[in-house]
Amino acid sequence: MSSAGFRVEEYGDFVTIYCYGEWRVSTIDRFENKIYTLKPKSRVIIDLKELRGIDTSGALLLIAIENRSKGEFEYRNIAPKVKQLITLLKRKPQVIAKANLKPKDFLQRVIEKIDQFFEYKRAFLAFIGELFMKSIALFWKPKQFRLKETIYFIQSAGINALPIIGMTAFLVGVVIAYQTIVQLTKFGADIFVVDTSTIAITRELGPMITAIVVAGRSASSFAAEIGAMKLTDEIDAMKTMGFMPFYFLVIPRIVALVIALPLLIFFSDIVGIFGAMVVTKSQIGLSFEQFIQRVYEVLSLKHYLVGIFKGPFFALLIAITGVFHGLKVSRDTESIGKETTQSVVNAIFFVIICDAIFSVIFTELGI
Amino acid sequence: MRSVVRVENIITKFGEKIVHNGVSLEVKEHEIYAILGESGSGKSTLLKEMTMLLKPTSGDIYIFDKNIKKISPKEIAAIKQAWGVLFQFGALFTSLSIANNIALPLKEYTKLSKRMIDVIVDAKLEMVGLDRSVKYLYPHELSGGMVKRAALARTLALDPKLLFLDEPTSGLDPVGARAFDSLIVELRDILDLTIVMITHDLDTIENIVDRLSILADHKVVASGTLKEVLQSKHPFVEKFFRNEYLNKRLQHV
Repeated sequence: MSSAGFRVEEYGDFVTIYCYGEWRVSTIDRFENKIYTLKPKSRVIIDLKELRGIDTSGALLLIAIENRSKGEFEYRNIAPKVKQLITLLKRKPQVIAKANLKPKDFLQRVIEKIDQFFEYKRAFLAFIGELFMKSIALFWKPKQFRLKETIYFIQSAGINALPIIGMTAFLVGVVIAYQTIVQLTKFGADIFVVDTSTIAITRELGPMITAIVVAGRSASSFAAEIGAMKLTDEIDAMKTMGFMPFYFLVIPRIVALVIALPLLIFFSDIVGIFGAMVVTKSQIGLSFEQFIQRVYEVLSLKHYLVGIFKGPFFALLIAITGVFHGLKVSRDTESIGKETTQSVVNAIFFVIICDAIFSVIFTELGI
Repeated sequence: MRSVVRVENIITKFGEKIVHNGVSLEVKEHEIYAILGESGSGKSTLLKEMTMLLKPTSGDIYIFDKNIKKISPKEIAAIKQAWGVLFQFGALFTSLSIANNIALPLKEYTKLSKRMIDVIVDAKLEMVGLDRSVKYLYPHELSGGMVKRAALARTLALDPKLLFLDEPTSGLDPVGARAFDSLIVELRDILDLTIVMITHDLDTIENIVDRLSILADHKVVASGTLKEVLQSKHPFVEKFFRNEYLNKRLQHV
C-alpha cells in the first residue's frame, strides 16, 4: 500500500511503463502529474504485472496514458477485472439526459441583473395589489377568514414576544432617563426628565423599538416558514386542493400582526416609563408617586395616541415584507437564508422610513 | 466470506415508542443486500444507525468488523471515506453545481490535480448515464431522476467499498430503474462493492438482490435469499409477496 507509481523504460521510440502498487484515488495524487509529462512515443506498452489494486480513478489514469500515446498501444499482464473496468469507463455512455448550455457573456449578465431588480419591484407591487384585492374580497365571503390561524399568530408573534420587548423597552427607558438626567442636572432642571423621557418613549421610542424587535422576530419567521413550505411543495399542494394560500398563509399573519403590534407598543410604553421611573428615583430621588403626578401634568394623550397609531402601519410593513420574501423562495435551500435576511433588513428599513414620514406629517399638522 | 456490516441485537426506542426490538442481520462482502418492511417498520432508522447518523438505544453495529461504538475518531473518518451513502432524494448540495458536488470529496480527501478531478467527474457522470454538459447545472435545475443519478455519481466519487442506498429506484421510470439495477450489479462485479439497500422495488429484489431481510413487528421476521424468505408464513411476507399479481410472476422462484 505504501508505494504506488510507475517506472518508465525507453528503447528509442518504444516505451514500457511498469505500473506497481495500488492505483487508488487515495494514492495516485502522488504521481498523476508525472503522467502528463510523458513524451508521446510511437509504441507504448503498459505492464500491469506489479499492480496490486486499482479503482476507477486509477483506471482513468491508465486511460489518460493511452490517450496520450500516438501510435501502437498495448496492455501486458492485465487482469480480467482491470480490463472490464477500462472497458466500462471507455464505453460510450447511454446518456439519458443532456443539458443545453450556452455560457452567458458579460452584457447578458448585466441585463439579467437589471431585469431582476425591476422584476423584484414589479413582483412586490403585484403582491400588494393582490393582497388589496383579496382583502376586499374577504368582506363578501367572510367564511374564508381563518380565525384560528390568526389567533395562533397573535400568540406566536405577539404574546410570545412580550419578554424580549419588555426587556428592551425597560433598558431603553433606563438609558433615556439616565442620559437626560446627566444633562438636565447641569441646568438644575432635573424634574424635566419626566417630560422628555415619557414623551420620547410614548411618541417615538416605544413604537420604534417594538417594531424593530418584531421585525427581527416575525418578519424572519414568516419568511422562513413560508419559504420552507414552498420548498417542500406544500403551497402547490394547497393550490391543487383548492385552498388559497393567500387566505391560509398570508392574511392570518398580516391581520394577527396588525392586531398585536399596537398592543405590544402599549406594553412597551408602560415598561419603558417604568424603567425611566426607576432611574429617576435612584438618581434624583423623585418618588414613583411624584413621577406619576408629573406624568399627568405633562404627557398629553396625543403623544400616546400618535405612538399607538403608528402600530398598524408598522405591522403591515413588517408582515407584508416577511410574507412576500417567504413566497419568493425558489427551489434551492440557499434562497431561504437569503430571503429571510432580506425580509428583516427590508422590514426594518421600511419601518424607519415610515416613521420618518409620520414624524414630519404630525409635526406639520401640529399634533 | 468476510462480513462487511453486522448488526447485533439492536434495540431502538424514541421515548416510549419502540422501533427495533432485537434486530440482527449480517451483510457479507460482495453482496447486494436488501432491507424490506412496511413504512414505519424502522428501515430508515436502521439505515441511519448503520451510517452513524443515529445511535441505537442498545446493541452493536460492526462496519468492516469494527464496532462503531468503540472506534476512535480516526477510524470513523477512515470508514466514512470507504463507504458511500445515497439518500432517497439525492441530498445534493444545492449551493454547488453538479460538478462541484461530485468533486467535493475528491477535493477534500485527495491532492489530485484539477485536471484529474475533471476527468474523474466526467467519468462518474457518464458511468451513471448523465451527459458531461449536466455538470454545469445546479441541483434545482435537474429532474428527480437526474438528481438521483448525480447523487450516485457523488457517492461513487471516492470509489467506496460499501454502498448504502435508500430506495435507489424510487422515482425513476421503469427503464431507468432497470438500467440503474444493472449499473449497480456491474459496479459490484467490477469494483468489488458491497451494497446495502432499502427497496420496495420487486424487480430489483427479484433480479439483483442476493439476500434480504424483512423488518416487521420491530424485528427481522425473515431473512435469506428470496426463495428462503418466501417460505416464511409471516403476515407481511404473505401480504407483500403472495398476492395474485405476484403469484404469476414469482412462479419460477
